[in-house]
Amino acid sequence: MVFPAAAAAFYVVVRALTGAGLINDYWRLILDQSLIIAVASLGLSLIYGFCGQFSLGHAAFYGLGAYTAGLIGKLYGHGNLAWFAASLVAGALVAGFVALLVGLPILRLRSDYLGIATLGFGIIVKVLMDNSNKLIPATGGATGMTGTPRVADFTWIFITTVLVILLVRNFVYSRYGRAWVAIREDEVAADAMGANTTLYKTLAFVLGCGLAGLAGGLYAHRYPFVHPSSFDFLKSIDFLIVVVLGGLGSFTGTVATAIGWVFLLEGLRGVLGQAFVDWRGVVYALILVVTIILRPRGLLGGREWSALVPRVLAVPVGKGERRGGTGS
Amino acid sequence: MTVVLEQIFNGFQLGFVYALIALGYTMVYGIIRLINFAHGDVFMVGAFLGVFGYTSWRLPFPLAILVSMVMCAVLGVTIERAAYRPLRYAPRIAALISAIGVSLFLEYFCSLKFVFGPNYRVVDRPFAVTSFRVAGANVSNIQVIVAVVVVVLLALLQYMLFHTKIGKAMRAVSQDHDAARLMGINVDNVISATFAIGSALAAAGGVLYAVAYPQIWPFLGIMPGLKAFTAAVLGGIGIVPGAFLGALIMGQVDVLSAAFISSQFRDAVGFSILILVLLVRPTGLLGSRQPEKV
Repeated sequence: MVFPAAAAAFYVVVRALTGAGLINDYWRLILDQSLIIAVASLGLSLIYGFCGQFSLGHAAFYGLGAYTAGLIGKLYGHGNLAWFAASLVAGALVAGFVALLVGLPILRLRSDYLGIATLGFGIIVKVLMDNSNKLIPATGGATGMTGTPRVADFTWIFITTVLVILLVRNFVYSRYGRAWVAIREDEVAADAMGANTTLYKTLAFVLGCGLAGLAGGLYAHRYPFVHPSSFDFLKSIDFLIVVVLGGLGSFTGTVATAIGWVFLLEGLRGVLGQAFVDWRGVVYALILVVTIILRPRGLLGGREWSALVPRVLAVPVGKGERRGGTGS
Repeated sequence: MTVVLEQIFNGFQLGFVYALIALGYTMVYGIIRLINFAHGDVFMVGAFLGVFGYTSWRLPFPLAILVSMVMCAVLGVTIERAAYRPLRYAPRIAALISAIGVSLFLEYFCSLKFVFGPNYRVVDRPFAVTSFRVAGANVSNIQVIVAVVVVVLLALLQYMLFHTKIGKAMRAVSQDHDAARLMGINVDNVISATFAIGSALAAAGGVLYAVAYPQIWPFLGIMPGLKAFTAAVLGGIGIVPGAFLGALIMGQVDVLSAAFISSQFRDAVGFSILILVLLVRPTGLLGSRQPEKV
């Protein structure tokens, strides 16, 4: 009960501060963006953090979701909430379906080779987005797409984020989650123990990319301008940074880092002031290098917020009451 | 037919430059299993230093290349000491993130106004461009110079790897760090030497690239870096001849697809070929399959 209470409290506080005029439009924009990035990063957290499949093309799926949902919202939705919800689902489904088509062949590749193949896929998708107006003029191609109604407000984004956190948590603590971790630790051993590694890896990939698509849909309905360069290789790197700095195998770390990282990026603008705004990229890069050197396993590697860990698993081994059998 | 031949010559020119970058990637990967994302930015720094060498500092062109190579070698070793060595025994992904950080640092630091500035600069060439005819097609002196420099550097590299003590040590360390250390090899020095040589080659590539495609800016290194890395993977990463082969293929694919398909789809064609090759040969064209162990 702690998590829903904390989430509700956070929501009430933000709404109250907004109502009192203490959070201006600019910071609301950043808060919404940080939650959207958290949703997409949770997807990569499943793929890489839990299942160990190195993906450098996450932004492509984020972009697919943004374009699908944004296009539906622009052409049919016109601000209608039912259409908005449907377009989010469509964005997630399209991203997930493409992930299935791509994942089945390329998930056979190992570690860095998989990373490079997904990186290549991301670049191909970016090129297709740049030229998408030749097939569908409404996407705007390389000039970007405008005209998607701004339907997603803080409430929508916040509720989606909370639901996604619960979904991810339920998956991670299910038999799927355990199979993913087994594959991450040693794929050959997991296979030898009888786990259907192809099934589990594909499931993680499809689910994770679907979440990226969902986040993309929120993004397209929050910001009026969708442009291919928002979904390029550097964006994929952003998601990777969030997941690794948060700590592999920790969705709590992913969410916390996503929010912290977006605020850091924007906060630097204010801290450095006009005269040093050129230094933003330099400082950002230094913070990145120093953080990873100080905490090479990420901020919360393998640890979770206890409120999100199911009771049964929260009892440390050797403490508390033993429930029959050995090692349960 | 002449047009095709000329484009193939252009493809070789680009492929040779890619080869110089790809060799650095593949050597570093071979020795510490790190995708050195900052390598493309070392290439960029090399391009700027080389151009400054023969314009502002008025050095003769060969000397400008050499100065740029030496300075980038120092830069490469510094990067390794500062950003990768502290993570030698950390998870591999930590070093990769550090490499991304270094890459962003170099790009944004070089964009600062008192360094190189954020804008494109048009490069003055150190010599006049002339062309002559080979088999009916035009070949420029730049293409000849690029080819000659690359072949000389490659020959030196090959000699170094197989006929000197440091080359032998590098090959030993790439096989097994611990065994090499037991044999009395100073692994840290070998890794530094690898970074020095790889960065020097990238710098030479940068200068040649700037002369051949005369426009430079601080984000110059990203795409050639990715392409060269792809080339190294295509050929089988960690294998020196593989990097060269992959680079020549990537150069041809880039130029031919831009010329005969569409310049907008150039990147997509290259990476599609990469994915297809990996599906058939998961460790690259010249790579061998590793047995899987638990």
